[in-house]
Amino acid sequence: MLKSFADYIVFTLLRLLPGSRGGEALDFFIYDTLKIFLLLTTIIFVVAIIRSSFPPEKTKRMLSHKREYVGNVLAALLGIVTPFCSCSAVPLFIGFVESGVPLGVTFSFLISSPMVNEVALIMLWGVFGWKIALIYIGTGLLVAIVAGISIGKLKMEKYVQDYVWEMQVGSAEIKIMTLREKLDYAREYTLALLKKIWPYVVVGVGLGAFIHGYVPADFLARWAGRDNFFAVPVAVALGVPLYSNAAGVIPIVHALMEKGMAIGTVLAFMMSVTALSLPEAIILSNVLKKRLLATFFGIVATAIIIVGYLFNAIL
Amino acid sequence: MKIEVLGTGCAKCKALYENTKRALEESGKSAEVAKVEDIPSIMKYGVMSTPALVIDGQVKFSGKVASVTEIMGMLS
Repeated sequence: MLKSFADYIVFTLLRLLPGSRGGEALDFFIYDTLKIFLLLTTIIFVVAIIRSSFPPEKTKRMLSHKREYVGNVLAALLGIVTPFCSCSAVPLFIGFVESGVPLGVTFSFLISSPMVNEVALIMLWGVFGWKIALIYIGTGLLVAIVAGISIGKLKMEKYVQDYVWEMQVGSAEIKIMTLREKLDYAREYTLALLKKIWPYVVVGVGLGAFIHGYVPADFLARWAGRDNFFAVPVAVALGVPLYSNAAGVIPIVHALMEKGMAIGTVLAFMMSVTALSLPEAIILSNVLKKRLLATFFGIVATAIIIVGYLFNAIL
Repeated sequence: MKIEVLGTGCAKCKALYENTKRALEESGKSAEVAKVEDIPSIMKYGVMSTPALVIDGQVKFSGKVASVTEIMGMLS
């Protein structure tokens, strides 16, 4: 339906020729933008209702004094549904550690929460299809679990800033929201998020449409194809400064994949964009000493690179 | 009445601070509004997601920017 609507505007109303570069690019742009905004609005709303039932205080209580493995798996899963904003990473980290959530388990949460987020998933689903979206969720959770367990095994508690352990943490009571309040929360949350990301989506889809229409096929196969050993690490490194613009990056990456970028490289790049960010590293340096911060980045980057090579080899 | 806006200085925290001041103006009440940015003070309230609003030492909500009308409801 959306497709025929886009076709109607471009080929009937604007009288562009089907098969022409400009026509195909515009058709692609209109169709993708409509589809993505429809998906974004409905799914963000549903996710917000689920999230209103998982305030971080409740997640903290569920994870407190959990053992390794079980705790890491639970933390990675809770990372999907607990609202998280990198600006509250510090109070969240202190709250977790102080209430007896093991360090490795805390990291599983900190890795999964930004990486497996609803915006990235909707964009992947809308642009790449549900199979890639599911692979992303699965490997994203796995990266969060394995990286958290590794950090836990390294026993790096002494590399948490000292003041964190001496902090006095009060206990705020958790307010249980009524259904009415949940719906209000979800509506506000959806509007605020859409308002924040819509320019990125439009620019991203626009650039994607341009690449789709004008860049020759196989243009990238030589540099970003599966045979280039360096493509994955380079993609991961490029993802670090592109923080939190998953909404804009995904349509561009999809177009790049059409032009020959390998799927594992695409996945690794996406994970790096969402999980490894410079601003978050700066915020976390308030609670982590350099060595732990570097270990955290190193382990997550390594795990993502392995995911990239793996999917380049099997898909 | 003593009002505190907890937050580490992000854009959302500033928005909540502005909304709180506007809510006070519109309801004609006078109260001292303080911005609390240091981590130990925020943690004392057990708040894990910012921004949060504290009225007379009681956490009213956390992790969202409440609207002016919502805050006015909490003031009375």
